[in-house]
Amino acid sequence: MSKNNLNLETLAPKTWCPGCTNFVILEAIKKAILELIETGIKKENFVFTTGIGCHGKVFDYLSLNSFYGLHGRAIPLAEGIKIANPELKVFSIVGDGDIYNEGISHLIHAAKRNADITVLVFDNRNFALTVSQFTATSPKGFKGSSTPKGSPEEPFNPLELMLASGATFIARGYALKIDHLKNLIKEAILHQGFSFIEILQPCISFFDNRKDYQEKIYEIENKDLESKEKALEKIREWDYKNGEGKIPIGLFYKIKKPTFEETLGTVPTKLQ
Amino acid sequence: MKKDFSLIIGGKAGQGSRLAGAILGKILKEYGYKVYIYEDYQSLIKGGHNFSEIRFSEKGFFSRKKEIDFLLALDKETIDFHQKDLKKEGIIVFDSSSFSFDKGIGIEAKKIVEKEKGLPIMANTVLVSAFSKILGIDWQIVKDVFEKEIKTEKELNLKLAKEGYEISKTIFKIPKLKLNKDEVLLTGNEATAIGLSRAGLSFYFGYPMTPATSIMNYFAKREDLNVKVVQPENEIAVINMALGAAFAGKKSALGTSGGGFALMTEALSLAGQSETPIFIIESQRGGPSTGMPTYNLQGDLLFVLSAGHGDFPRFVIAPGDAQECLLYSFLGLNLAWKYQTPVIFLLDKDLSENTFFVNEKLVNFSKSRISTNLLNREFARISQMQKEYKRYEITKDGISPLAFPGMKGIIVKATSYEHDEFGITIDSEDVVKMQEKRMRKYETMKKEVEKLPAVKVYGNKKSKIALVTFGITKGPAIEAAENLGLKVIQPIIIEPFATNQMRKALEGVKKLFSVELNTTGQLAKVLKSQGINVQGNILKYNGRPFFAKEIEEKIKKELKK
Repeated sequence: MSKNNLNLETLAPKTWCPGCTNFVILEAIKKAILELIETGIKKENFVFTTGIGCHGKVFDYLSLNSFYGLHGRAIPLAEGIKIANPELKVFSIVGDGDIYNEGISHLIHAAKRNADITVLVFDNRNFALTVSQFTATSPKGFKGSSTPKGSPEEPFNPLELMLASGATFIARGYALKIDHLKNLIKEAILHQGFSFIEILQPCISFFDNRKDYQEKIYEIENKDLESKEKALEKIREWDYKNGEGKIPIGLFYKIKKPTFEETLGTVPTKLQ
Repeated sequence: MKKDFSLIIGGKAGQGSRLAGAILGKILKEYGYKVYIYEDYQSLIKGGHNFSEIRFSEKGFFSRKKEIDFLLALDKETIDFHQKDLKKEGIIVFDSSSFSFDKGIGIEAKKIVEKEKGLPIMANTVLVSAFSKILGIDWQIVKDVFEKEIKTEKELNLKLAKEGYEISKTIFKIPKLKLNKDEVLLTGNEATAIGLSRAGLSFYFGYPMTPATSIMNYFAKREDLNVKVVQPENEIAVINMALGAAFAGKKSALGTSGGGFALMTEALSLAGQSETPIFIIESQRGGPSTGMPTYNLQGDLLFVLSAGHGDFPRFVIAPGDAQECLLYSFLGLNLAWKYQTPVIFLLDKDLSENTFFVNEKLVNFSKSRISTNLLNREFARISQMQKEYKRYEITKDGISPLAFPGMKGIIVKATSYEHDEFGITIDSEDVVKMQEKRMRKYETMKKEVEKLPAVKVYGNKKSKIALVTFGITKGPAIEAAENLGLKVIQPIIIEPFATNQMRKALEGVKKLFSVELNTTGQLAKVLKSQGINVQGNILKYNGRPFFAKEIEEKIKKELKK
């Protein structure tokens, strides 16, 4: 039984809901990795970590080195891997409940220390695997199984939080724009420093806002990537609270700063 | 003359009594004595009352004496607090230019420092040097220690030391003993750090928590040990990062106390399930909860034995002095990697922070190095496996081949879910195979433990009465047992339990008493789970270590029952 072929498939049966937008995100990730392998990055040098939730199942479906971690803790695992072997390309696949609720401290601090890892947030804006409860990005009034009358809390804007925390690469993608997402993922993995992609995805079982997203989402071409003010303006264009306004996707912010591993001194000089 | 003395040096936090005690300890060591320093301080930065108690003797004890011979007071409170413990013929030495006292030997330390335009803290230099002269210690020894230990204002300190020595008189000459050049003074935390470094540790992860913090600080200071220190955002990040680094092939350790360890227990279970080697130092302090941060209890034994959800194999190792910290940390890191499972190194506040004489030559590192050959053999096996590498291959001894990301042609999948041999998630009834693999690994670990020095015996080995104890309590228990002609049994590797070694240690024992620093007799409960009953528990739980005398009195009482 070979689980080690170049299309990155495993033999594990996929248990996402039929029609789940995770299938599309998985394809975007695979395409990005395959294209990066073509540019000369060795397959064995990719490693990813996952949290627990629907997103985490990517662990079973993607034939790459990986560590299926605990709920909310995929990021410190990834940081540990990167400091131990800086030659590896390390990314974390996490969910909104997973990292905006349970593991929020790790997300903030990884951005703050500019750990050279990529974080891909599968944001379906609810805890889906536990049959729908509200998360940090669910809109106020979200009707989940624990809040039949609507969630009492307002959501936060994770991109704004990342900008404040010191992330050096901040982007938003959309699950159903596969090539756009693939290109963002490639660029994020190649970025030296902490890269963050918030991936908006409709949850077809519990939060099917496909139509809403389809109408509002538009691609941006940001020329002035080093301006915090311009990034903030774009980041705030769409409000997670009431969903009003257009939803920009693309790269909002990108700067160069020494990475955590460089500062710690674990990066061999040839890689610096 | 009995060559066994005890000295207390004390003052307010910020007055430098601890450093002064450490220097005095080194002077006494160079004078040929075996030194043990107990540290007593409060959780504050300035003020309060701190003291170090130095026991120095020809024989070497790792316990405090109830009656002290000398009292060195940096402030008046030190005399007020400790005068009651001073022997009748005991000597008080104090800074007579800071405060007045009608007895003892006044040294005008502050006045001398002011005359030389030094800092107030340098009064300690004058006092330590003057006291050394009182004991008749040669100037050369005093000078050499100051030269080696003082890093700032060396010239001025040496000048002050010289003046202190000259104005003082030898009143209580203690005999000079033969110096053992192989002996060094180390705290338990320092010895643990050195042992880990010798075993090839790459990373130490920590979040500040007394009494484990000084391990992190020591690695940071001792760059020659070649261990990188990482201080993440919280204890949960500490252990998860350490697991990531170990997964990527680098030996990783972390340290905390009970509260921090409580936060780590979910990831401890992850280490067990994912079979990731990890070395965890849990240095106990008084609990429950925040408890007494700078005082000691041995109240986490049952916690570390059962921490984490689900069944998984672990080692729990509880050394009792710095020499054991040195050896068993080395051994423990090797065990973690051989068996790909967590090792919990259970220390306590006094063991972590007190200073012990250690003979590094007596530690046989090469005999304890078990992982290198094994890992080489494994890599050879793995490289032939290409494409069919199974991280969780079902094996007879329960140990699967360990490979790392970056190895050509191999996919390494580690996971928190129950899994098949490749690491792919399963929840079919086939899960029993992996559960049983891990349990077979536990059996292999148990066999290995029986071959290691897991249980130690001291004192009168023929005695029908034995004390069983662990950690720092071993010191006073041995002293008490030697005074009463009893046996002492110290389990060091507590999990897996060395059943055979314990049975052998218990041969001929009719009455067994457990000696512990907690309220419920946790070691006695562990023994009970192994079918061993104690006749009584000798417990202390005021945060301070046992005096040998206390154990002796309690044993006598128990025997009268």
